[in-house]
Amino acid sequence: MTSGKQKITWAVIAVLVLLYALFPVASILSTSFKSPSDLTSGKFLPSSGAGTLDNYKQILVGDAQGLFLSALRNSIGIALIATFIAVVLATLCAYAIARLDFPGKKVVLTTALAVSIFPVISIVTPLFNLWRNIGLYDTWPGLIIPYLSLTLPISIWTLAAFFRQIPWELEQAAQVDGATTWQAFRKAIVPLAAPGVFTTAIIAFFIAWNDFVYGISLTSTETARTVPAALAFFTGASQFEAPTGAISAAAIIVTIPVVLLVLLFQRQIVSGLTQGAVKG
Amino acid sequence: MSTTSTKESKSVAPTTRQRRRANLSDRAKSERRLGWYLAGPAFIVMLAVTLYPILQAFWDSLFSLRLTAPDDTTFIWFANYITVLSDPIWWRDLGVTLIITVVTVIIELILGFALALVMDKAIKSLRGLLRTAILVPYGIITVVSAYAWFYAFDINSGYINHWFDWIPGISPDLNWFAEFWPSLSVIMASEIWKTTPFISLLLLAGLAQVPSELTEAAQVDGATWWERMRKVIVPNMKAAIMVAVLFRTLDAFRIFDNVFIMTNGAHGTEVLSLLAYRTSISRLEIGLGSAISVLLFVCVLIICFVAIKLFKVDLAGTQGDK
Repeated sequence: MTSGKQKITWAVIAVLVLLYALFPVASILSTSFKSPSDLTSGKFLPSSGAGTLDNYKQILVGDAQGLFLSALRNSIGIALIATFIAVVLATLCAYAIARLDFPGKKVVLTTALAVSIFPVISIVTPLFNLWRNIGLYDTWPGLIIPYLSLTLPISIWTLAAFFRQIPWELEQAAQVDGATTWQAFRKAIVPLAAPGVFTTAIIAFFIAWNDFVYGISLTSTETARTVPAALAFFTGASQFEAPTGAISAAAIIVTIPVVLLVLLFQRQIVSGLTQGAVKG
Repeated sequence: MSTTSTKESKSVAPTTRQRRRANLSDRAKSERRLGWYLAGPAFIVMLAVTLYPILQAFWDSLFSLRLTAPDDTTFIWFANYITVLSDPIWWRDLGVTLIITVVTVIIELILGFALALVMDKAIKSLRGLLRTAILVPYGIITVVSAYAWFYAFDINSGYINHWFDWIPGISPDLNWFAEFWPSLSVIMASEIWKTTPFISLLLLAGLAQVPSELTEAAQVDGATWWERMRKVIVPNMKAAIMVAVLFRTLDAFRIFDNVFIMTNGAHGTEVLSLLAYRTSISRLEIGLGSAISVLLFVCVLIICFVAIKLFKVDLAGTQGDK
């Protein structure tokens, strides 16, 4: 096989993979620039050349502004807080699992595994009832708490895998130098563990950002409704107009942070996902 | 070890053996305590957000309980379960859920394996680009993916019909979301697109664990690419494949977002999660909805049990003790 031939083969493969991965995104991006009359053209691209920004105007400064911007604020706030709590708890937990000898280590890991495969919808019914009774329905904490069932288990697994690769001699060295276990953890290990913690936070954020079931079940108004849930409740400018353009524009806006994170931290995310899943 | 630490240990050395032993067991004890101090909060939170709700769901499922008539709550033992299990809708939805699960997992496994091979073998200059591209579907919100696919196929805003009208059966008048199989196909396409990257990353990690000496030896012995794949690579990454399949099966089994957005269960495309949602959240029948939730949970347990006992998937072993 000549290297020229190989290059062409790889170019073709790369184009195919890029088409696969990006085509649906390109599709909704193109839809987001279509005017209402353009939507039914049956063509991929908006017909008027550059397209229209009306859909973005509608959700950012127009009629749908209240609905979308509050949802965006809720999504960002709730996902960030749920990620933060999960990563803090998981960091402590994963450190103990990777480093300390204590009975019940396996129980904790198995529980994390069991929680991560738990059907979300099974949690929703009892929480729906309970939240209404204790006033957590349609509030931020009412979503943050169940989000922990999504973000915490994967954080524990990913971090435990990361922490097992840290050179722990450093910690022993610190302890021999007279530091307590806690000091050794804080001074010697935290700086080394930070990249793993950061990667875990990205993965946990993706998962919280993606949630739909909790979002539509445990909220009812703009106080706490997240973007995925709000998208499902978008209505057109008039009763007879489908909200296609506005939904597409909103979809693109909430996809931007995902694409940015992926572009910046591709290597870390891949290693986080593969280590957490398979390696010991 | 640094120089300071060796100095330090030298100065500690003269202490008596006895004292050192006492210190050790003290340390072991405090290590245990610290272990639970650190792992305990996460452990308790996990139980609080899953074990407690499922127990509550089980309790609620024993009552005839509707939020529209909260005063009529009566204890009815397992009558809700009988109602659910004798309703053909439960079995229809279970069937749809199983079709989606089996079809998507099989296609994802093949597609994901191909992607994993591509990422594994890719020339250096392409590796970053390919991985970045693959991560886009992984990170995208499922609801966004659902809308992207829905609008592409939709009879009003879609272009797929116009692009492929040369294929018999496809015309601009074809309404994909008016019948069972066409709508289910688009639902599955969106699900497959969004989740294949995850399975391919798990398989990529599995590929990395196949000892390269084995594949090289097979190559020297004149094995073809297909033979190497079938006899060396796949058997050596069986554990990774099994874990990937089990994770994806359980994930596919709780499919909700794509169905909700595209058809909301119309034309017989309702899945079990949607049935539970419709019963408890839309119709406020908490008793019945709880019974469905518990049954869904039992289904997941059965899948796990079958996987672990029959197929010997060693989940804990994937990250067993050092």
